[in-house]
Amino acid sequence: MAAVETGRYHRTYESQLRLWHTRPQLIRIGVVAVIAIIVPFVFDNYWLSLANTALIASIGAIGLNVLVGYTGQISLGQGGFLAVGAFTSAILTDRMGVPAPLSILMAVATTAVIGVLFGLPALRLKGLYLAIATLASQVVILFIVRRWNFLTEGQGFVDVSRLEVFGFKIERSTFEQQWYIILIIVTVLVAITATNLFRTNIGRAFMAVRDQDIAASAMGVNLTRTKLTAFAVSNAYVGLAGALLAHYSEIISWEKFTMDVSILYLAMIIVGGLGSIAGSIYGALFMTFLPIAVRMFGEVIGGVVPQVQKQLPAVEHAAFGLVIIIFLIFEPRGLNRIWQRIKDFFGFWPFRY
Amino acid sequence: MSTFVSLFIYGLSEGAILALAALGFVLIYKATGVINFAQGEFLLIGAYTFYTAFVILRLPIVVAALVGVVAAVIIGVLVERFILRPMVGQSHISIIMVTIGLAGLLSALVQMFFGTQPRSMPPLFPRNQLEILGAHIPANRLWVLLVAGIVLTLLTLFFQRSKHGIAMRAVADDQQAAMTVGISVRRVFALSWALAAVSALIAGILLADVTTVEMNLVNFGLLVFPVVILGGLDSVPGTIVGGLTIGLISQFVAGYLDPGLAEVAPYIVLVLILLVRPYGVFGEKRIERV
Repeated sequence: MAAVETGRYHRTYESQLRLWHTRPQLIRIGVVAVIAIIVPFVFDNYWLSLANTALIASIGAIGLNVLVGYTGQISLGQGGFLAVGAFTSAILTDRMGVPAPLSILMAVATTAVIGVLFGLPALRLKGLYLAIATLASQVVILFIVRRWNFLTEGQGFVDVSRLEVFGFKIERSTFEQQWYIILIIVTVLVAITATNLFRTNIGRAFMAVRDQDIAASAMGVNLTRTKLTAFAVSNAYVGLAGALLAHYSEIISWEKFTMDVSILYLAMIIVGGLGSIAGSIYGALFMTFLPIAVRMFGEVIGGVVPQVQKQLPAVEHAAFGLVIIIFLIFEPRGLNRIWQRIKDFFGFWPFRY
Repeated sequence: MSTFVSLFIYGLSEGAILALAALGFVLIYKATGVINFAQGEFLLIGAYTFYTAFVILRLPIVVAALVGVVAAVIIGVLVERFILRPMVGQSHISIIMVTIGLAGLLSALVQMFFGTQPRSMPPLFPRNQLEILGAHIPANRLWVLLVAGIVLTLLTLFFQRSKHGIAMRAVADDQQAAMTVGISVRRVFALSWALAAVSALIAGILLADVTTVEMNLVNFGLLVFPVVILGGLDSVPGTIVGGLTIGLISQFVAGYLDPGLAEVAPYIVLVLILLVRPYGVFGEKRIERV
């Protein structure tokens, strides 16, 4: 057998800039696409609802990763920004009669603007101080959501009517399937736009700021503009996730956007891989299915040791903390890195590197 | 006037507890550069270990407190050795997240052993009403203030005078220089985590005495952030001033304006301080070089 080429070599700039490089990569994309298409025909509503939740989480996680993983601006305010997107879209659709697609776009724009507003401290702060500043923004946004009676008309929650797009209304009987189709299309679009973003000069500037902001500004990157753009882009995605969440779950209240949600999303991008679009999706899937896996495991064990059954909420909680710690200690670059290593092992075989 | 006096005393006692909790936080940050999001959970664990020793095992109060201290030291050292040491040299976000993961794990452990029901503890201090300038104040508030004051003074003296305290300050100032004069940086790291856990334990016990032993003690832990930002992340006297200020602000806002607003008032102060003077009122301004 002829010698096999090991590793990937680019001979032209065009080949380096291409979205996919190798045939196995194309085959993998094909396999994932086929799986994604057959999912709604194979799984029942319970699993589909989980898949839909995971897809919405993927969009939010991609948004957060743009900010945290690619630009290096730590944000603990994810829950608050999701709330902005969700409430904007819900109120526009239900109380003002704006068509859903338009209200979602307006939610995206609103969240981006509010994101920039709360991103202003990032111009002076970084690292730990920025983390604490965004923590404050989370508390302040949630306080406004809880106390501003206009938002929920004093009920504490907002009912959202069933999604209607251009006269096409989602049916009750095939609710999950139709949502799955909508969400998978949106997620793919989001993933592609985000991947493309990092092939442009704006995206490169984000990464330069992450790696060393002072050096980046010495090279001519406008720090103010770059950081605020990062907040805007990131929160646009987060607003989209929030708006979709509002329309999908059809009822929203402040409890869905607490500090725990912010932490959950950070956990997603840590577990998936900071600075990786694919990683955000892996992380969102992982963190959505982790509690389910723990519960199923608990039911199996619970047959033998009944005490475990009673402790399940606490066990889920503990598993969450433990997963974050274990990933950070043993694989800080997340699932994406593990997958990368598996691919490299076969790609470079029989050599180690 | 009587409202003012009682709000003032309540604010001071709560602020003193906050200062204790925040002191542990500052200790860890100063010595090891780690932002500890699990400080609230240390408070929780402290309150529950004391509760176990004092109420469930019926040990005398002094012995129960000692059991709590020993448990806190062990937990602090274990956390430093097995969770934070592997993280040395990692980025800020990783270190923040590992302490958030730790927070989830610790509160889950408490939930497993004690459930989510609030528990009441027999009073540690007398609760008779005292009349000060027309205001009726339960005596335990003043006792809490006194105990917190004593502990804070002792800890401050420890930093200023004792050999270990000076070693900790040396490490905080410059790790490599401290190593060259023969200070064991590892021991200092372990010591600062242990001390942080102990100060959280004392804060937890005092807080449990004025409220109840329950999972919500964790929320109190998040308030350390406004405190440390106000006082400066690396300043011990700043922490004490910051704690008292935040305690007073939240009590006055709750008393005169709106109890709901009192929950966010500390964070609004935090944002204002960050915008005007990010290194805090007493903090040290650092210059960053590439």
